[in-house]
Amino acid sequence: MSGAELQAILPLGILAGGIILVMLQIAFRRHLATSISLSLLTLLATAAAALEGGADMPVTPLLQADSFARLFTVLFCLAGAISTLLSTDYLGQRDDEPEEYYLLLLLSSLGACVLAYASHLASLLLGLELMSVALYALIAYPNKAPLPLEAAVKYLMLSGAASATALFGFALLYAGTGSLSFTGLGQALDANPETGVLLPVAAVMVVAGLAFKLSLVPFHLWTPDVYQGAPSPITGFLASVSKAAVLVVLLRWFSDANLFRFPALVQTTAVLAVLSMLVGNLLALLQDNIKRMLAYSSIAHMGYLMIVFAAAAAPGQRDFALEAASYYLIAYTATTLAAFALLTMLGAGEGGREHCQLQDVSGLFWRYPGPAILLLVALLSLAGIPLTAGFLAKFYLVGAASGSGQWVLLGSLVIGSAIGIYYYLRVVFYMSRRPGEYQSRPGMTRFWPVRLTAWLLVAAVLLLGVLPQPLLHYLASIL
Amino acid sequence: MVALLLILGLGGLAALYSERLHPGLPRWMSLAVCALALLCLLPTAGASGVAPGTWLQHLRVDWLPRLGISFELGLDGLSWLLVALSLLLGLIAVASSWDEIDFRPGLFQANLLWTLTGVCGVFLALDLVLFFLFWEVMLVPMYLLIAIWGHEDRARAAMKFFIFTQASGLLMLVAIVTLAVTVGAGGQLSFSYFDLLGGALEPRTAYLLMLGFFLAFAVKLPAFPFHTWLPDAHTQAPTAGSVLLAGILLKTGAYGLLRFCLPLFPQASAEFAPVAVALGAAGVIYGAVLAFAQRDFKRLVAYSSVSHMGFVLLGLYAFNALAVQGSIMQMVAHGVSTAALFMMAGALQHRLHTRDMARMGGLWAQAPRMGACALFFAVASLGLPGLGNFVAEFLVLAGLFAVRPWMTLLAALGLITAAIYALWMIQRTFQGPAREELSPTDFGAREMLAMAAMMFALLWLGLYPQPVLDIARPVVDHLLQFDFSVREAL
Repeated sequence: MSGAELQAILPLGILAGGIILVMLQIAFRRHLATSISLSLLTLLATAAAALEGGADMPVTPLLQADSFARLFTVLFCLAGAISTLLSTDYLGQRDDEPEEYYLLLLLSSLGACVLAYASHLASLLLGLELMSVALYALIAYPNKAPLPLEAAVKYLMLSGAASATALFGFALLYAGTGSLSFTGLGQALDANPETGVLLPVAAVMVVAGLAFKLSLVPFHLWTPDVYQGAPSPITGFLASVSKAAVLVVLLRWFSDANLFRFPALVQTTAVLAVLSMLVGNLLALLQDNIKRMLAYSSIAHMGYLMIVFAAAAAPGQRDFALEAASYYLIAYTATTLAAFALLTMLGAGEGGREHCQLQDVSGLFWRYPGPAILLLVALLSLAGIPLTAGFLAKFYLVGAASGSGQWVLLGSLVIGSAIGIYYYLRVVFYMSRRPGEYQSRPGMTRFWPVRLTAWLLVAAVLLLGVLPQPLLHYLASIL
Repeated sequence: MVALLLILGLGGLAALYSERLHPGLPRWMSLAVCALALLCLLPTAGASGVAPGTWLQHLRVDWLPRLGISFELGLDGLSWLLVALSLLLGLIAVASSWDEIDFRPGLFQANLLWTLTGVCGVFLALDLVLFFLFWEVMLVPMYLLIAIWGHEDRARAAMKFFIFTQASGLLMLVAIVTLAVTVGAGGQLSFSYFDLLGGALEPRTAYLLMLGFFLAFAVKLPAFPFHTWLPDAHTQAPTAGSVLLAGILLKTGAYGLLRFCLPLFPQASAEFAPVAVALGAAGVIYGAVLAFAQRDFKRLVAYSSVSHMGFVLLGLYAFNALAVQGSIMQMVAHGVSTAALFMMAGALQHRLHTRDMARMGGLWAQAPRMGACALFFAVASLGLPGLGNFVAEFLVLAGLFAVRPWMTLLAALGLITAAIYALWMIQRTFQGPAREELSPTDFGAREMLAMAAMMFALLWLGLYPQPVLDIARPVVDHLLQFDFSVREAL
């Protein structure tokens, strides 16, 4: 590996170096504040290095350094830093020696960043597993309660099975084409268009495995339980980064290998999209726990996002669809993190129990107006109301789908969004209940960094919705 | 125009925080803000006599050039009329909820002003995405108004209101985007009104897109059969909320039809006209019949709105100057008269703690001033000659008769039923034997002032409507320059 190549993947290097540093620090001198600061520093330095830019070049056959990868590295590292900050407050009251927790969070972020760079099935699998394995441990970390353990075991078993399925699919792909790199796969499929039974089976297995990670219907069954059981900051990370990373690598795979030319594959994504949009939104209606509700809402959002695959398949629409997907991922990450930040803040400092039932936000407007407005903005953004990031994201999707004539998908999007309004507004309604109409009144954290983070997140959501022109311009320039 | 929107938006913020100084301050703040905004609007008055299709003020700044979205506002006679109406009713709404709101008055007034911001934005926006943005943004504060300060069944009503409007709004968004993508195919995307006017469209596409727009506006208007959100929302909203809803939010639907739906898709609209007119006539009669069956004062007024807005739909789809003028007139007159009736309903509820007319009766004896006002607005709403609503409905019917005589006949039946329910309402509440247990205090000076202002407006509209017609004239002429003839069958 040459110096230039190392230079090109500098962000990954910094992140990995930071992880080793934190590990050594924990081994030799256990000190919580140091671990947290080192983790934050590592993540921010990685983001800064990725922002700095660099050469666009393949680095070994495994990784592809380009602006797309760097953009999402920045996003994932910032999201990781935010989750770290939120966790400090959350774990502060729940666990005695949580240093390794931050190490795991760094590892998981590294996995996500590797996925952003991956251009080869091997690096895809490495990134995916690095991210997921760290997440198993993170979900179970507050091990004094039964729910996180249950969630972790569930996620471990099912996610392991999904990874194994995908891996088997990779093996079949290799058997069929003789290549594991994305571009190589594309060329092999071009050169050898015979339609055996091998490749379709491989495709089904890979799609099933990755759809599990994205929690698309019908592979979504783990989502609500895991979301509910996991500690809130980790749920936020799981919902935003782990899904965005898988989607990023899928987008790269599809465009590098030009998989958009296979109608059966594209139609499969469209079917998954429609199912996820409808089922996710319908089941979200039934939830009384906000985390479960957000779990189903994330299923629906992933369904909206899957529209871009069908949209990108139309001639001349590829760039716009990819741009739409990128913007949607950024907007969705910011919004989801904001929502979970609020859930983390709620009820902090009152023992180990989380306060995520609908009743727990009763009267939040009057008790804690600031955080209530933050949650309101996050919910409106998830619902796609203008002036928030969520609206523009949905607008992009409508543009992409309409440009390529995907009317069924558009119809599902409209129906899904209309259903979605109901459960988002239900939270708002609970928040606006007047004093005397409710019993549960959990407190609110007083830890200022967490509050500041929440405000910054909401500011980001609004900024993305009102003045996104620089970002849009940048997105258009790199795709 | 920007100043106007800024005043309203920031005024809302100021009202929110002024609560901390004194709980009575927010309402003065919002009065002042509305008055200030009106002052802003005044210099542009006297818009009559300009050439069709010109704008009194026009502003365009790039917002998101990547997506072809710009910040484009325009003011013409129609916008001017409706913005002025909105601000006046804003004043009335503040007055009508003067001492009704004890819970967080600052937030209440802020939401009121933000709703007004959204509505004025809708009336001014000329970029379709900007228009959609204001269209949605005005929902959020309105939702909060109903959900927080509403009556007993507020959760359901607020939710229904939001979901109906949002779902139809999303269809409109899809239609807007598809329109822009189709018209701007190959070139730069643009959502500007002027770039989209007269775009070449396949007849079938145009028809479908027109339906997308029409549905959104028909829900808001509301046209039969999309009206079911309206009685709930109006009944459960606090008085000021009902005044705003009935007075101006409904007008955004009519405005949308007039500004966007008809000029963007003239041919498709012409083809669709029979259906639209039938829906309008059905709304007129259905609303009136249902109004007659209500026991709840507010529900009655709400259903009467369905009936009256049916006339607007009738007028717009007659495609002639007389009827379109009538529609515009109806928007203004109905805004005033219904606002007054809702204010009356609010006043009654505040005093008697019920909206059930079976439990009222004989109120005239105890509150003669209220009775007189109620009678005035009831006959205004049934279309007594000399008042604004008569002029409006007459113009609509006269214009429509030239095109569709049978439908006109049907719609005219609505006038008769209107007389029945309006007088029935007065009889059940204010006349009959006085009841001992009810002893409402009569209107005070503040309420009489608001009522007198609205009476004056209706009388003026009824006796000398020419200024309003003159202001709207260029807009109507411009609209009718489009070709509304039905294509030959293919």
